[in-house]
Amino acid sequence: MTVAFADLEPPVVAESYLSDGTSLRSWLLTHDHKRIAILYMISITVFFFVGGAAAAMIRLHLMTPAGALLDPETYNRVFTLHGVVMVWLFLVPSIPTTFGNFLLPLMLGARDLAFPRLNLLSWYLFVASGAIVLGGLISGSVDTGWTFYEPLSSGYASGALVVVLFGIFVNGFSSILTGLNFVVTIHRLRAPGLTWYRMPVFCWSTYATSLILMLATPVLAITLLLVIAERLWGVGVFDPAHGGDPILFQHMFWFYSHPAVYIMILPGMGVISEIIPAFARKNLFGYKFVVWSSIAIAAVGFIVWGHHMFIAGESVYAALVFSFLSFVVAVPSAIKVFNWTATLHKGTISFDSPMLYALGFVLLFTIGGLTGLFVATLAFDVHVTATYFVVAHFHYIMVGGMVSAYFAALHYWWPKITGRLYAEAWARFAAILIFFGFNLTFFPQFILGYLGMPRRYHAYAPEFQVWNVLSSAGSSILAVAYLLPAFYLGWSLLRGARAPANPWQATGLEWQTVSPPPTRNFARTPVVTQPPYQYPRTGS
Amino acid sequence: MTRAPPRRLTVAGLALLGLFGANVGLAFLLPTAASLAVNLGIGAAMAAVLLVVFMELGGRLTLYWIFAGAGFFWLALLFGLTASDYLTRFTFAPS
Amino acid sequence: MSAGPLQMQYADLAQQRDTAELGIWAFLATEVLFLGGLFAAYSFYRYLHPYGVAEAARHTYIAIGATNSVILLASSFVMSWAALAVQGGAMRLGGRLMMLVAGLGVLFVVLKGVEYAGELSEHLWPGPSFAIATDEPRVGEVFYAMYWLLTGVHALHLMIGVIAVVVIGRRVLRGAFSRDYHVPVRVVSLYWHFVDVVWIFLFVIIYLPGRHL
Repeated sequence: MTVAFADLEPPVVAESYLSDGTSLRSWLLTHDHKRIAILYMISITVFFFVGGAAAAMIRLHLMTPAGALLDPETYNRVFTLHGVVMVWLFLVPSIPTTFGNFLLPLMLGARDLAFPRLNLLSWYLFVASGAIVLGGLISGSVDTGWTFYEPLSSGYASGALVVVLFGIFVNGFSSILTGLNFVVTIHRLRAPGLTWYRMPVFCWSTYATSLILMLATPVLAITLLLVIAERLWGVGVFDPAHGGDPILFQHMFWFYSHPAVYIMILPGMGVISEIIPAFARKNLFGYKFVVWSSIAIAAVGFIVWGHHMFIAGESVYAALVFSFLSFVVAVPSAIKVFNWTATLHKGTISFDSPMLYALGFVLLFTIGGLTGLFVATLAFDVHVTATYFVVAHFHYIMVGGMVSAYFAALHYWWPKITGRLYAEAWARFAAILIFFGFNLTFFPQFILGYLGMPRRYHAYAPEFQVWNVLSSAGSSILAVAYLLPAFYLGWSLLRGARAPANPWQATGLEWQTVSPPPTRNFARTPVVTQPPYQYPRTGS
Repeated sequence: MTRAPPRRLTVAGLALLGLFGANVGLAFLLPTAASLAVNLGIGAAMAAVLLVVFMELGGRLTLYWIFAGAGFFWLALLFGLTASDYLTRFTFAPS
Repeated sequence: MSAGPLQMQYADLAQQRDTAELGIWAFLATEVLFLGGLFAAYSFYRYLHPYGVAEAARHTYIAIGATNSVILLASSFVMSWAALAVQGGAMRLGGRLMMLVAGLGVLFVVLKGVEYAGELSEHLWPGPSFAIATDEPRVGEVFYAMYWLLTGVHALHLMIGVIAVVVIGRRVLRGAFSRDYHVPVRVVSLYWHFVDVVWIFLFVIIYLPGRHL
């Protein structure tokens, strides 16, 4: 529906949202989606370093076969912390709550999200959940892994587990409300003339991600509640001694957690779809294929969860169905990769740092995605499931893919968000170092898994050591590379040159307003008459 | 404005009571296996009346029907594919 | 959802109202999945132990359950009447009907309390002193554990609904709304009906198994 916006007051003075109120109160009680995005950015960065510290401990410990650094129980606690923090406190919120929050209204030509106060509530729920989860993980011996499998989780693990599960429960509501806010905003608050097919791909992938946030997370919430109930009151639906079935827990858990991994990649794909056209100076190839692929990934992603349970005891016939569907879900992802490649073809490519991250994403995501097909194959998965092959597979997608995309977005939209430019040479160096360090860390893990090293073990057979040492060496490079942006981006905040409205000469409504944007985003409500990408050279 | 409720509400309300009574009655009359299917069916019919009449879904844009149905559709995916495991786990156990 | 005046991200009240409508339906979809997950866990347990569950379910107080069902159905009828009254500008009628809805909700909770008290005195709480011995050991315990969980979560949703209905009902009576703007009434009304829909299915799967004469 087209709405003629009434401009409710005279055009606002272009006062930046950053200077519109400088007290702590004006930040902590803000309704401005841009400020909430910054609040999220600070929070998830803190959690990223906490999860990263755990990863460093793991890689240090695994330098030797007997494992010198941590005792077995502590090792289990550390990888549990790493998984829980990275999944729920970093990756799931990452791009949606930071760049989604900041950019969605701007890209839609709106002044804010549909429900700004709900947005602030989402952030408070998120921070509370982080405090609760970390409190539980650190104070108690939670050693189940981030998957909390029964019967360990309700029968045997430490009592602090209830605290952690409750924290994730709260985190879930933060996700659900954010997803709801985004979906309703995209349906109702688009500027006049902004039809669905004129929306940037980032908005479509935010929409697809939000569908998953809304429809999958509630099932996680109730599943964790059931585990808490089992633990505290012995409910028993997952307990064999009561005639229950531990695999029922896995069905319900993975019903959320598989779509969750698409929460942890779709926004990244949206970012890449914005960056590649901008730095190839060429319209995105096959726009409709790309946007419907996002929807297809979200939808089909809901019906593949059984591929996490091939050896758990589910029926072979169900496993067959899930295996087949897992092959199907790879198709829309592949379509995106083809379209990005076709966009690059005959483009005028410049290797600015956002583009370096984006290109790294395409390669690393492709490797991760292809190995996904390997593990979707029943006969192969029987051998490599619960080994480092799977660990490498999902790190290629979540770290090589999503984290690269996060950094790509950070560098691409940094001038818009902060109004400053950063040192491009350092940024390129960091991007290349990350790519190198990442591959050195995780490629040996494919080999380790294929050779048979199990995951979640604190010690391993001596013949695996050389690959583990390579992986740990890579992780030390990766750690340095991830720290570099803290320095040059921090420098940019203090001393960086002022950014113009459109430093990359990109198309899109967010570049039509000043950097940083004023609180109300646009002086006048934009009216959209053009398709989303109007770069000099055309795609298809 | 009159102080009487609109007719369609009264009709829907009486229909709901009637369906409910039938549901309880059939639960006593039918054997358990059949009664579950029938009871769920009548329950679904009651829910449909609530959605269309009381929640005023009838007459609204398709978009609202999609939003209203989405939760149930996704729940059907959870039930259906989980059932694909349970229904085949024991019946077709490989020897 | 604003207290009256137009929020700055909306062009007009109609857009604001349509957005709120979409928002509450979206929220209800998430609630369907939340409670539906609980139903799913129960259903698959029942699939594994149909006779034990039926045996245990026979002990539920169907008279109270059925009475409560009628109470909720009646309350939905009254709630939709109230919403239409407010829509038409009959604020006093609408507000009073909403108070009636809240009253019916309280009646439901009171009867539920009576029911719970009876079940506790009968030792139908999972644990060593659980009263029903089913053929398959401990199935009755699990049935009742799920009974307490399902009805408890439902009752919690209902009580939140009662509070919301009272709060918004009072604002209706104080004249805070008009024909053009009454979004909170619509939102509360949809939530209330949703709680009723949940109860419809809950009643079927908890109170009706094993009743065959």
